[in-house]
Amino acid sequence: MNKIKSLDDLRKMKQSLEHGMTIRENSNSPESLVQIRVAMATCGIAAGARTVMNTLIEKLEKEKIPAVVTQGGCMGYCYAEPTIEVKVPGKDPVVFGKVDSAVAEEIVVKYIKNGELIDGIIPVNYQSINEQK
Amino acid sequence: MNEISLHIIDIIQNSLSAGASLIRVIIDENLVHNLLSVTIADNGKGMTKEQVERLDDPFFTSRTTRRVGMGIPLFRQSAEQSGGDLVVTSEPGFGTTVKANFLNDHIDRPPLGEIANSMVLMISANPDKDFVFEYIYNGSSYIFDTVEIKSVLEELPLNDPAVIRMLTEMIDENIKDLKTQSD
Repeated sequence: MNKIKSLDDLRKMKQSLEHGMTIRENSNSPESLVQIRVAMATCGIAAGARTVMNTLIEKLEKEKIPAVVTQGGCMGYCYAEPTIEVKVPGKDPVVFGKVDSAVAEEIVVKYIKNGELIDGIIPVNYQSINEQK
Repeated sequence: MNEISLHIIDIIQNSLSAGASLIRVIIDENLVHNLLSVTIADNGKGMTKEQVERLDDPFFTSRTTRRVGMGIPLFRQSAEQSGGDLVVTSEPGFGTTVKANFLNDHIDRPPLGEIANSMVLMISANPDKDFVFEYIYNGSSYIFDTVEIKSVLEELPLNDPAVIRMLTEMIDENIKDLKTQSD
């Protein structure tokens, strides 16, 4: 297949893509999709957030899970970067810490797909040392 | 941060936090002048003169989730250790421009890294923002503009994995072309 270079190439690819696209019909209602936010501040990026983001996008596609992966700022868990926040429809958002590519794949398969809880969740009532009085 | 691309992601995150709707990233690789410059310009809320002056203070940050901010200091360190410099210009209400210059052949210049992948990730993660990415190689340039891309893709979402792959390939191929044509 020829490589995509121009806007025309893109236009052609778009037509062939549209046929294969079914899962994206509900993209107008993001609530029905799994939403993942990758923390992408200096600490997260330095710890490997970009790799994790790439892995998540690939794995979600492979598992055919309709999802949106976005980026967020610093959540204050710099010690646990890379961190990601996962919001599965109908459930409360969960923040995972120390997410490398292997953990990211585990989260997709075990937590998102099978609904199992796994290690590495940062509790919602966690307080950083600065917040503790 | 071992890639210039990662610094770029970091600065883009700052632009997004500043409420930018349009972010321009320009990479100018000039082998004749042995210069590699990276510019990130946004139309966010901008900073006052005093804020700009304090950017290199790691304990200055507008964020509330943590008390240190290393983004600009690290980027500056990267540029200065490569015989270059970093300049921030900003105007409240109009936006901020960060420009880093590197001596291209300096042994401490980090590699540019996965620039196409980095740009497309930012674009796909922020489909409602616009990005203009320009790559200049020895004077000839390639411009990737999400306004054009969006008008071609229409309802196809920018965060679709297949679209991400296509756009990354498109940027990579055009940069490769620029380089082979110029050499």
